[in-house]
Amino acid sequence: MMRHAMRIRLYRALAVLIPVLLLELMCRLGVVGPLVMPPPSRMLTGLAALLASGAISAALLKTFSNVLVAFVLAALAGIVLGALIHRLSGVRRLLEPLLSTYYAIPIYAFYPLFIVVFGLGDAPQVLIGFMLGVVAVIVSTLNGLDSVPPVMIKTARVCGMGPMRTAWSITLPYATPYLFTGVKLAVAYSFIGVIGAEFIMSQSGLGYEIRFAYDDLDNQVLYPLILLILLAAVLVNMTLDYWDRRLRARRGIQA
Amino acid sequence: MTHRGGPGSALLLIAILLIVWQGLFLGAGSDALAAPLATLGYLAEQLRTGEMWPHIAATGAAFLIALVISIAGGLAVGLAVGLSRIATEVTEPLLLAANSVPKIALYPVVLLIFGIGMPAKIAFGALHGIIPVAIFTMSACRGIPAVLLKSAAVMRLDGWDRIRSVLLPAALPDIVTGIRIGFSLTLIGTVLGEMFGSQSGLGFLLMTAIGLQNTRVIMAVTVLLIAFAATVSSLLLAFEKHLRRRTT
Repeated sequence: MMRHAMRIRLYRALAVLIPVLLLELMCRLGVVGPLVMPPPSRMLTGLAALLASGAISAALLKTFSNVLVAFVLAALAGIVLGALIHRLSGVRRLLEPLLSTYYAIPIYAFYPLFIVVFGLGDAPQVLIGFMLGVVAVIVSTLNGLDSVPPVMIKTARVCGMGPMRTAWSITLPYATPYLFTGVKLAVAYSFIGVIGAEFIMSQSGLGYEIRFAYDDLDNQVLYPLILLILLAAVLVNMTLDYWDRRLRARRGIQA
Repeated sequence: MTHRGGPGSALLLIAILLIVWQGLFLGAGSDALAAPLATLGYLAEQLRTGEMWPHIAATGAAFLIALVISIAGGLAVGLAVGLSRIATEVTEPLLLAANSVPKIALYPVVLLIFGIGMPAKIAFGALHGIIPVAIFTMSACRGIPAVLLKSAAVMRLDGWDRIRSVLLPAALPDIVTGIRIGFSLTLIGTVLGEMFGSQSGLGFLLMTAIGLQNTRVIMAVTVLLIAFAATVSSLLLAFEKHLRRRTT
């Protein structure tokens, strides 16, 4: 069993490393020109230098604090709204078409309006991150609350448990794995939303820095920044995925 | 699935959204956004006089090609990986991680490789759509009941016959889910691609309107995109529900 897991991990590492090495080789041999892409090793050293120089510290702080605000708002609002919508079945029926087609809506299309309304501060980027994240949390809150067996709620009532205790000791344990899935999606979506908005139009942040480096044709800065965003996204996703799987395994839910 | 809203509830929802929009307009003023009636009137006029059609055609062409690449590529990757247990175990976390990457960060790379123009738009659209189609196809393969696979083995089906008469029908509902999500992401990707390196298309129109702070154009294009995306997505969702009813 253990050996199987090790083998999977080895294959996975190879599936990542081999293309990277090929790319490195192609860049070194000049198959991929230096104006298109520097070799991956140079992206990595460039990133280290960029981080050490402190030139992007402000942008990093800006982006990650905006992602954090967007994510926290999306998670809180999503859980509260999800719980409300769950109680009001008429509202739920009404919102069902919106919830099921929401992610077909190009949310970025609203960004220009937000700029016109809120100006070029942090608010439009946070709002885009929030809007991308919140519906995933609402939907998984609904799924989580649906997963509570009605008999448990009845038992709670028979035992004379109040609404707070019922929520704490019955609803929450049942709904947690679903809630976590929603929260996990909200992190990725807030990240995507904020960086996308920064890229489209803003005055600071990692997305803005990438746009600036591209317009400047500065590949020495552009590619390390892209690598940074890739690494950050993958790292955050893998961490959350790990917790998610542990949570689900403990509750005996198949992913 | 007990909370299915019919077409009636969708219409009611649209009416409510229009009222909210009108309310926002009255609250925020005409500098911030255009009124619903003015926007829809403008959109209708644009469609009638044909001024917007070249942009719609440009976006449409890039989007269709990108969608074909997303679906074909996603299905190919998803089936290739999904039909082997080991390949699924190895690849799934990689695909999920790739899905959580803000694709817009890769936009400069796409432009540096393809240059400004149609190929870049298509590539950017396909970049958004291909991964979700692959992920859903892969998990659709994993979800095929073992008894079906055994029956196929007993009947000595192999190769294309096995795929065509057992695997595809069993996995179809989930694959359609993937196509629905891939459809909307490809549209978003294509329009995003047009917002930067492009001289035509709805994304280009949006970007110019932002520069001029022309809220009427911004809202008209936004409404058009949302109406198209929501309509196609609802149709695919209905098709998906029909397939699920048939197979279960």
